[in-house]
Amino acid sequence: MKTAEEIRNKIDTAFPEAKPELKQGDIGDPWLLLPAGQIREIAKFLRDDEELRFNVLMCLSGVHYEKEEELGVAYHLHSTEKSHKISLKVRVPESEPNVPSVESIWKTADWHEREAFDMVGVQFLDHPNHKRILCPDDWEGHPLRKDYVQQEFYQGIPTGYEE
Amino acid sequence: MTFLNAGSTSVVAILIHAAIPLTIILVYALVAIWGERKIAGFIQDRLGPMRVGGFHGWAQSIADLLKLLQKEDIIPTNASRFLFKFAPFMMFAASYAAFAVIPFSSSYVGSSVNIGVFYLVAVTSILTLSIIMAGWASNNKWSLLGGMRSAAQMVSYEVPTIATILTVIVVTGSLNLMTVTEMQTGNDILGFLPNWFIFQNPFLLVAFGIFFISILAESHRVPFDLPESESELVAGYQTEYSGIRWAMFMLAEYADMLLLSLVGVTLFFGGWNSPFGEFMAGPGWGYFWFLLKGLMLVFVMMWIRWTLPRYRVDQLMQICWSVLIPLSFVNLVLVAVWEVIFN
Amino acid sequence: MKTTIQDTGQSDKREMVINMGPQHPSTHGVLRLELTLDGEVIKKVKPNIGYLHRCFEKYAEEVGDYAKVIPYTDRMDYVSAMNQEHGYVLAIEKMLDTEVPDYVEYVRVIAAELQRIASHLLGIGAFGLDLGAFTPFLYLFTEREKILDIFEKMSGARLLYNYMAVGGLMRNVHDDFEKDVAEFVKTFRPKIKELNDLLSYNRIFIRRTADIGVLPPKVALNYSASGPVLRGSGVKWDLRKNDPYSIYDRFDFDIPIGSGEMGTKGDCWDRYIVRVREMEQSLRIIEQALEGLPEKVDVTKSIEKRVRPKEGELYFRSETPRGELGYYIISDKKGSPYRVKARAPSFVHLSMLPSISKGALIADLVAIVGSIDIVLGEVDR
Repeated sequence: MKTAEEIRNKIDTAFPEAKPELKQGDIGDPWLLLPAGQIREIAKFLRDDEELRFNVLMCLSGVHYEKEEELGVAYHLHSTEKSHKISLKVRVPESEPNVPSVESIWKTADWHEREAFDMVGVQFLDHPNHKRILCPDDWEGHPLRKDYVQQEFYQGIPTGYEE
Repeated sequence: MTFLNAGSTSVVAILIHAAIPLTIILVYALVAIWGERKIAGFIQDRLGPMRVGGFHGWAQSIADLLKLLQKEDIIPTNASRFLFKFAPFMMFAASYAAFAVIPFSSSYVGSSVNIGVFYLVAVTSILTLSIIMAGWASNNKWSLLGGMRSAAQMVSYEVPTIATILTVIVVTGSLNLMTVTEMQTGNDILGFLPNWFIFQNPFLLVAFGIFFISILAESHRVPFDLPESESELVAGYQTEYSGIRWAMFMLAEYADMLLLSLVGVTLFFGGWNSPFGEFMAGPGWGYFWFLLKGLMLVFVMMWIRWTLPRYRVDQLMQICWSVLIPLSFVNLVLVAVWEVIFN
Repeated sequence: MKTTIQDTGQSDKREMVINMGPQHPSTHGVLRLELTLDGEVIKKVKPNIGYLHRCFEKYAEEVGDYAKVIPYTDRMDYVSAMNQEHGYVLAIEKMLDTEVPDYVEYVRVIAAELQRIASHLLGIGAFGLDLGAFTPFLYLFTEREKILDIFEKMSGARLLYNYMAVGGLMRNVHDDFEKDVAEFVKTFRPKIKELNDLLSYNRIFIRRTADIGVLPPKVALNYSASGPVLRGSGVKWDLRKNDPYSIYDRFDFDIPIGSGEMGTKGDCWDRYIVRVREMEQSLRIIEQALEGLPEKVDVTKSIEKRVRPKEGELYFRSETPRGELGYYIISDKKGSPYRVKARAPSFVHLSMLPSISKGALIADLVAIVGSIDIVLGEVDR
């Protein structure tokens, strides 16, 4: 069972150009900030390494950081064999929100990434079925963004309430 | 009332002969649908219909019938209109036509033909045809699937049905159902048991078991009700039917259930014979005993429906072809051997 | 009007594309499954969700108060509302690092376990109903009514309670609470045996569910399965034991797992029997909780008036009847959360459907969807 610090050190040793940062808020869990370009390789390393064995991706969420104009993707992993958990985070600029998909490593990422795309607008590279999942396919905008304004009409039907 | 005897050729007599089973079917259908809902309720620890008409909701079926009669007639746009309209009526007509050869009592049988069993089996095959017609004409993929499944099921299960009917014919030597019933009069087995075929020959008991399972499959009852399984195909071949057309399907299904139960009673349980020998016997009592035994078999069919889950289509087929058909043919041979040895 | 159904563009005339749902008697809600059939055999399944999307996560950000989100958590998985609330409330309390009175914890655990039994009763009943067994559904619902009566006396509602609050509970329990629960436990145990006699070991039921929808353990873990679905594949993983929260470490109970008793390990029957056996274990927990119930306190007094966690983020997971429910909450020092993500178990399990139903018949697909026990409220949120 490894602590977050030890996991950070292992990633640093294996991927020195990634420069993982261990961050922590005043309360709650620590997380590792990783560069978006290498997330797939690091994820594969985390899953397959003998001492880490993160075989389950519990949750993958999209976040919109309005102030910094960035989109974030948070990964929460845990290992059934070693009983440790870790949170990873990836931040990409709003203008170019490309993150490699980890669907090939944990199959569960398939639908989670579709939802992150649908709700926040992160583009996942090499995703097998990159479509919206909760909203209709021809919906405009990404609802969970902080500056989201709902479209007034959808296929001719008014979407809002009468004030 | 001699003109009511079988064989009379006056037109009025023929019409009355034809009307008797029709009345029985219609009254029975109303009672059976109410009965099924009450039986289902009691098995499931609830009450069933309670309000319509006062005592335990006895008028529920009548209320439902009136409601169905005044519903809008909806036919899907691209459905084959003639076939769509014709299918339910053909199904009911087939069930009803088969009632012609069933002896309700010693003095009444619609038509006393010497090939009664043969006619029966031939006419009930038309039911399969009408189900395929309904499934195809509805222009609906789910109905088509239901029609396909049911066609396969009914055609397959006709083989064990016929084989078990044949075992009884081997014993009686006659295809006339009236003769079959008359041969079961009397109480000679073990001194007190009625002469019914089910007691005469242990292999006939096995034959009845196979027959009962086969008629469950023939009349689309659980555990073999896949063609109309509510939870999988919505309503199978009946999906697009509403109002009185659907009521005809229901009527035909219940008539079919009664028909096959009555055939079973005629062949195995002594038909209109009283179980007590001379006590409570006679032409009038014949109706009573016959319908009572038939309704008891119908009750068992309903009981099974609310107790067991349903089989999958390929498991259903496998039961028929790998278990029931070989068993029924082996049974046929054994019955013949028994008859030769002991009679 | 533009249509959103895609042209499959197939020229193979043997295959039929058919829609199961969104209105269908046995898809447990508004779920659309696009099936590509070859006769009766399913070549491809494509689940289509989003029909019940009610924007839970957006509401959680906009509604203005951490505590006001609790009624919305009820409505995600409306069949097991107490467990949803339990997870959320525990997450907030962990962020605030507050002390909750023991009595409150015990009542919460009793409510959560009762809700687990109620949810399994519905899941098992609906599963039987899909397969044509009409009667066990009604017998089990009689028992569920008794649980809902207890909940109604506790919280005022039968299905969506809004009962747990941050730091306490919204109402004090009624006077007969312990008596009612003890009586329920006493009358319910023989019903599990009745269910086993009627349905579990019935030959037809076994033939419909054994060797169907087999989920190997490695695939299950890769798909992040949890709850009875994962345990049905033989993996002994239960968050109440492996990552204990609340006071679950004080109780003694077993984790039933599937072992291929009637067919292959990880088939529909295994998932089903895990649920039946879990109900028995929940009864054990409830009995122990009733015995160890501390002295009664006023549960409304300990509710936090101001819920304003410091900056940070937390992923808190709890074991609901359907699996692992995760709440990922990001707080930014304001009175309302910056981001709440609810990771619903049914969402994850439904994504597994195409891979475990390869080569199944339509009747099998109904059994598989029933054995996974999804609730569309959770899937779409």
